Amino acid sequence: MYPKYMRESIKKVEKTRPERLKLARSGKSIFPMMSAEEREQVLNNFHPDYKKDARKKVRIGPNKGEKITTEVVNQLEAYSRIKPEYFNLKHPDYETDVLVIGAGSAGFSAALLAAENGADVLLVTKLRIGDSNSMMAQGGIQAAVRPDDNPVLHYLDVMGGGHFDNKPDLVKALVSEAPDAIHWLQELGVMFDRNEDGTMLTKPGGGTCRPRMHSARDYTGAAICRTIRDEVMNRPDQIKILEHQPAVELIKDDKGNTAGAVLYHLENKNYYTVKAKATIITTGGFGRLHVKGFETTNHYGATADGLVVAYRAGANLLYMDSVQYHPTGAVYPPQILGFLCTEKLRGLGAQPVNKDGDLFVHPLEPRDIEASAFIRECIERNKGIETPAGQVGIWLDSPLIEKLSGAGTIKKNLPAMLRQFERFDVDITKDPILVYPTLHYQNGGIEINDHCESQVSGLFVAGEAAGGIHGRNRLMGNSQLDLIVFGRRAGIYAAEYAKKVKLGKLSLVHIIDYDKEVEKIGVDKKHISPMVLPDYTPESVKKRQHTTEYKGTLR
Amino acid sequence: MSKKIPMVKVYILGEGFDVPEGSTIINALEYSGFQLTVGVGCREGFCGACGTLYREKGDYKLQAGLACQTVVTDGMNIAQIPFVPAEKPVYDINKLDPDIEAFKVLYPTLFRCVGCNTCTKICPQDIEVMDYVQALIRGDIERAADLSFDCIRCGLCALRCPAEIVQYNAAILARRLTGRYLMPKSPDLENRVKEITEGLFEEELEKLEKSKKETIKKRYYDRDIKTA
Repeated sequence: MYPKYMRESIKKVEKTRPERLKLARSGKSIFPMMSAEEREQVLNNFHPDYKKDARKKVRIGPNKGEKITTEVVNQLEAYSRIKPEYFNLKHPDYETDVLVIGAGSAGFSAALLAAENGADVLLVTKLRIGDSNSMMAQGGIQAAVRPDDNPVLHYLDVMGGGHFDNKPDLVKALVSEAPDAIHWLQELGVMFDRNEDGTMLTKPGGGTCRPRMHSARDYTGAAICRTIRDEVMNRPDQIKILEHQPAVELIKDDKGNTAGAVLYHLENKNYYTVKAKATIITTGGFGRLHVKGFETTNHYGATADGLVVAYRAGANLLYMDSVQYHPTGAVYPPQILGFLCTEKLRGLGAQPVNKDGDLFVHPLEPRDIEASAFIRECIERNKGIETPAGQVGIWLDSPLIEKLSGAGTIKKNLPAMLRQFERFDVDITKDPILVYPTLHYQNGGIEINDHCESQVSGLFVAGEAAGGIHGRNRLMGNSQLDLIVFGRRAGIYAAEYAKKVKLGKLSLVHIIDYDKEVEKIGVDKKHISPMVLPDYTPESVKKRQHTTEYKGTLR
Repeated sequence: MSKKIPMVKVYILGEGFDVPEGSTIINALEYSGFQLTVGVGCREGFCGACGTLYREKGDYKLQAGLACQTVVTDGMNIAQIPFVPAEKPVYDINKLDPDIEAFKVLYPTLFRCVGCNTCTKICPQDIEVMDYVQALIRGDIERAADLSFDCIRCGLCALRCPAEIVQYNAAILARRLTGRYLMPKSPDLENRVKEITEGLFEEELEKLEKSKKETIKKRYYDRDIKTA
C-alpha cells in the first residue's frame, strides 16, 4: 500500500483525472508529439546511452575499435570458460543436423521449421525450455492486418522507431511476413483477442501509426511461447531437448565453418560436445548485465552468452552501442522493482503524469523518447515522486483505463498486471502505478542478413540476439514478431544449409587464438565469459566461502 | 542515513537464516548464499520455474507459491519444486477434433477427478483449476481454455492431485484447440495473407528498401496517425 506522503500526490492525480479523461474522450491528441528536433534533444540530454561512460572502445575481435556499451565490452574482452586441450572432438557427445541454442519463441520457431524441412534438431537451453524473455512479453505482437493498415505503413513505423538505422532487407522481411506469422500462430492454437465480429482486436503501441498490436490478454508472449513449446514437445522424434545446459563456446571446423558447440551442464558440471552441420543462436539479450546499474525486466539467464560465443567465433555485432530502457518499469513496491508494466497499459489509455498530476509527454512516443522524457521529468524538472527506498518515478494513471472503457476492462485485458500488483496490495483499477525506465532490450546484436546468416559460415541467428532489424530502437510488439519471422527463417535456411555442407575436422583453435588476444591487451585472468548466470551472493556470504572458487560469476 | 532493516528468520532445507523483512523467497535464498541454477527463471511470475512449497510458523498446512512472487514471513519453512516429471502425451493438432474425445484419449485421468479442489487451492495464479477440469469432463473446451488462460505451468496442481491428473498439460491442449478451431477466423487476416502472397505490396516495399534515408524520413514524419 502506498505510504501517506505518496497518497498526497495521488490526490493531485485524482484531481486532474476528470479533465484528462475529457481530453482522451475528445479523440484529439492528449499531448503534442515531439518533432524530430525535440526528439533529438531529449535523447541527447537524458537517454542513458548518451552518458559519457555509457560506451567504450572494444579492443579485440571483429568490431575492434568500435564504441560499444561498456558492460558488453567487458564480456567480450574476457577469457573463455573452457580449456580447449581438454576436449576430444573426434568423439562428440551428440551429433545433429541443426543445433538450436536457446529455448524461447525464436528457438522454438527455428526448431519447428528446421524439423519441417527435414533436419534432425537438437535444442539446448540454460534454464527450462520456455523460461525466457519471450514468455514474459505482455503487450502484443504487431502485424498490419486491418484494412486501413498495410505492410508499407508498418515499414515506415519500424524505420522511424529505429532512427532509420535499420537494415532495409530485414525490415521488409519483418513487415511482409507479419500477417502470415499471426496466421501460423493462430493455426497452432494461439488464442488471440478478437472483436465481437471475429476480426482481430488491435490496439496502438508507441510509435505505430495504426492500431496494429495483436494480443492475448496481457499474456501475449506466454500464449505464443507456450503454444509453440507444446508443438516442439509434440515432435520428440525430430527435436531432442537438453535443459540446464547452456552453450559456452562454439565449435568450428578446419575450414572455418561453424560445427556445433560446447555445453556446460549447470547441475552435474559436465561439459558435453555437440557436432552440428548448422548452428542457430537464439539466446536472447543481456538485461542481467544490469547496464549502468539499471534494474531489468529480463529473465535470470539474459547474460548475452550467444553474443560472446559468436563474437569469439568471428561474427560481428551491429548497434551494440544502443540499449532499450522500457519507459514503465515498476518502482513501487520494492519487491517488484524494475518489473515490466506493459506498454498495453498506455495502449488502453493509461496516461503518464508527474507528481502534480500533470501530463508532460504523449503516452505513445517510441520507447527511447518516452523513457528519456520520464527521466527528464524526474531529474531536470524535479517532478518525480520519491519512494521510501530512495527510488524516483512518475505516475502511470491506470484507473483511467476503467473510466474510458468501463469497469472490468483491466481484469479482462490486463490480468497479469492486476495480479502482479494485487500480490503486493496495490489495486491498479483504483490507484496509479509508480514507474521509471528499466533495462529491457538489446536493440542490436549479431549482424544477420535476411537469411539469418551471420558472417561466419553455418552460424545463423534469430530473435533478440540478432542485430539490424530494429536499428537503434525497437517498437513495442516488433520483438514478438521478429522471434517468429526470423526464427522460422533461420530454421528453414539452416536446414537447407545443413543438407549441403561437408564439415572438416572439428576444432577449438579460435578459442586459443582469441584468448591470446585477450591476454595481449592485459586483461586480468579472473575475467571469464560468457557470464551464464548473474551472481547475487552477498559479500558477507562470500567472506565465509574460504575454499570456494568462482569462475566468473559461477561457483 | 543508515536505517537498520528489520530481519525475519526463514528455514531453508530445515536450517534457519536471517533475511531482510519484505524479501521474496528468491531474494531470501540468494541473501542466504544459495546460488540458484534451477527453480528460478523469469523472476517476474510468468515462467513457472520457481514453484515452492512452504509452511508458516505454527501452521500445519503446506502452502505453495512462486518463489519470485511470495514474500517471506517470520518462521517460514521453504522447499523448492523446480520441475515436475509429469507425462506429456504427443499429438498432432491437425488431426484432433475440438471435443471431449481428444481428452478421453490423451488425458483419461481427467475423468478420475474426485472434486477435492486441492488443485485450485494450491494454484499460485489463483486459477479455478478444478472448475476447468470439470469443464473438460463436460466437453466444454472453450470454458476450460478461458479459465486456464493464466496458467504458467509450474506443475504444482499435478503434484498434489490425488487422481494423478496432469491439469496443466490438458489445459494447454484445451487452449490450442480453442485457438485453432473454436475462435472465429478473422476475414481481414485471411485476406491480408492472400494479398501478400499475391505480391500486392511487393513493389512499394522494394521501392522503400532502395530509398534514401531522407526520403523515408519525410514519408515517416508525414504519415497520418490513427489511434482507433
